[in-house]
Amino acid sequence: MAYLLAGIIWAAGWWVNSRLAHTDGADSPAISLAIPAIFGITLIAIWQVLVQMLEISPIILPAPTDIALRFAGSLSLLWADFVQTILKGALVGYVLGTLAAFAVAILADRSAFLTRGILPVGAFMAALPIVGTAPIFVKWLGSDWQSKAAVVAVMVFFPILVNTLAGLRDTSAMQRDLMRTYGAGYWPTLIKLRIPAALPFVFNGLKIATTLALIGAIVAEFFGSPTVGMGFRISTSVGQLAMDMVWAEIIVAALAGSAFYGAMAFAEKRVTFWHPSQR
Amino acid sequence: MRSIVPILTVVAAILLFWALCVIPMNAHLTADQAQRDGMILSPDTPAARQDYSGLVLALKNPAIIPLTYTLERPRLPSPHQVAVELYDTVIDKKITSKRSLVYHGWVTLSATLLGFAMGTGLGILLAVGIVYNRTMDKSVMPWAITSQTIPILALAPMIIVILGSIGVQGLLPKAIISAYLSFFPVVVGMVKGLRSPDAMQLDLMRTYNASNSEGFWKLRLPASMPYLFASLKIGVSASLVGAIVGELPTGARAGFGARMLVGDQYGQPLVTWAALFAAAITAAALVAILSLVERQTLRRMGMGAV
Repeated sequence: MAYLLAGIIWAAGWWVNSRLAHTDGADSPAISLAIPAIFGITLIAIWQVLVQMLEISPIILPAPTDIALRFAGSLSLLWADFVQTILKGALVGYVLGTLAAFAVAILADRSAFLTRGILPVGAFMAALPIVGTAPIFVKWLGSDWQSKAAVVAVMVFFPILVNTLAGLRDTSAMQRDLMRTYGAGYWPTLIKLRIPAALPFVFNGLKIATTLALIGAIVAEFFGSPTVGMGFRISTSVGQLAMDMVWAEIIVAALAGSAFYGAMAFAEKRVTFWHPSQR
Repeated sequence: MRSIVPILTVVAAILLFWALCVIPMNAHLTADQAQRDGMILSPDTPAARQDYSGLVLALKNPAIIPLTYTLERPRLPSPHQVAVELYDTVIDKKITSKRSLVYHGWVTLSATLLGFAMGTGLGILLAVGIVYNRTMDKSVMPWAITSQTIPILALAPMIIVILGSIGVQGLLPKAIISAYLSFFPVVVGMVKGLRSPDAMQLDLMRTYNASNSEGFWKLRLPASMPYLFASLKIGVSASLVGAIVGELPTGARAGFGARMLVGDQYGQPLVTWAALFAAAITAAALVAILSLVERQTLRRMGMGAV
């Protein structure tokens, strides 16, 4: 019975989406938003139906309505966790890591020798499981947000460094010659030509780093934290089998991650409006 | 190859910086230890020494500088200590020993590889579905892209507990996290790749009277290979991170993550550092193997100029 109902909901959702996707206006922004929304709602409805009708234990999988109730009921707690983990840990670390990466990139960029060395090493470091340094930083800097910010700073440093360095090299000889004929020295060339040309690369790094920052801040809390924070809440709620709380934190993480990424994408659109990919 | 000298220079600079940091980081610990062993130090109580930074303390008492490199439980181990610990636990210990990093590495690596295979397989299938089915494209693709902005790794402890409570234990829960992490990069990259042939090439296939499946096997799939390899390299390192993090919150008894936790909880920093470096070396090896396969494959397909 439950499976039948779930099947009917799935078929209905799919049918609506299929009709929408094959209409003439399928590429309009409204329908492009509506289709994934309907898909998501269909999945949530199936989840609700299956959990309720099969009487699945909330320890394994709570129903969406339970999660929503828990979310609405503990807004102040979730907000405190959000401030601790995202605003203090992730954001501070993100800013520090970004500034350090820019500084190193601009310094290293003065020497072709250093650039050739740093690019492959940085790309290599960016692929490493840096999040594993979390226990070390927690030991050094204590369990409050400072250690989380340090982990995040190290995690975001390498992708941004590599992208910025690659971007700073992305000017053609013709463009650089033009600057030279204008009599521009190193700094005017850097500020007026090379940094703007590097921006699309820089934003690529900044966007990759948003997710890394949240992961670093949350996972570092598994190694020690004050009694507030998203990672702390997730690990203690898992211990208490309070899965609805875990899911509520995951909703917060998802919203924060999307908003953070969205903010970077928006900034990119405003700043690199001249780039072909934005027009 | 002409980059080898710059790379080595950068690596040497990093190692040198690390080795220099050891002195101020360990100065206080070393001073306390040296005083217990009978050495006379200039501020002669630990409390008085706390007022000095590590660097100043080391400069006032140059005798402790060499000792900072030989602490048993340093705050920051020196490069050679980590190298020795790595050598001990990778090569000297029997593979069956509980302290062998090869044993722990295999635990993590097997979960990583299983998860990576599952994630890649499912990812490619979904990508094919997305490219050939408009409804799927419109419904699933936005979610696949959005999901990359979500810190999925935070789900890891919950997935392990849920699967544990319904009786799935051991390798599989970690592999599922790994699969999940490598899944979305593969989907997004593969969709891009399968769509990379331009209209002219697709038209050419049509003039050859190629069927849909021939168009797939002979044009779309080969054209997608560079994109696939790019996402595989992202996916495999994500898989490894997933397997390691999957071992953290549940008190797993084996694996790189478990070693990091053990070193952290029992105050053995060398164990943590060795596990960290072993994980880094594993990640590097996986990416290097994929790069090699990529180069071979692309060369055979006539795209080897890259």
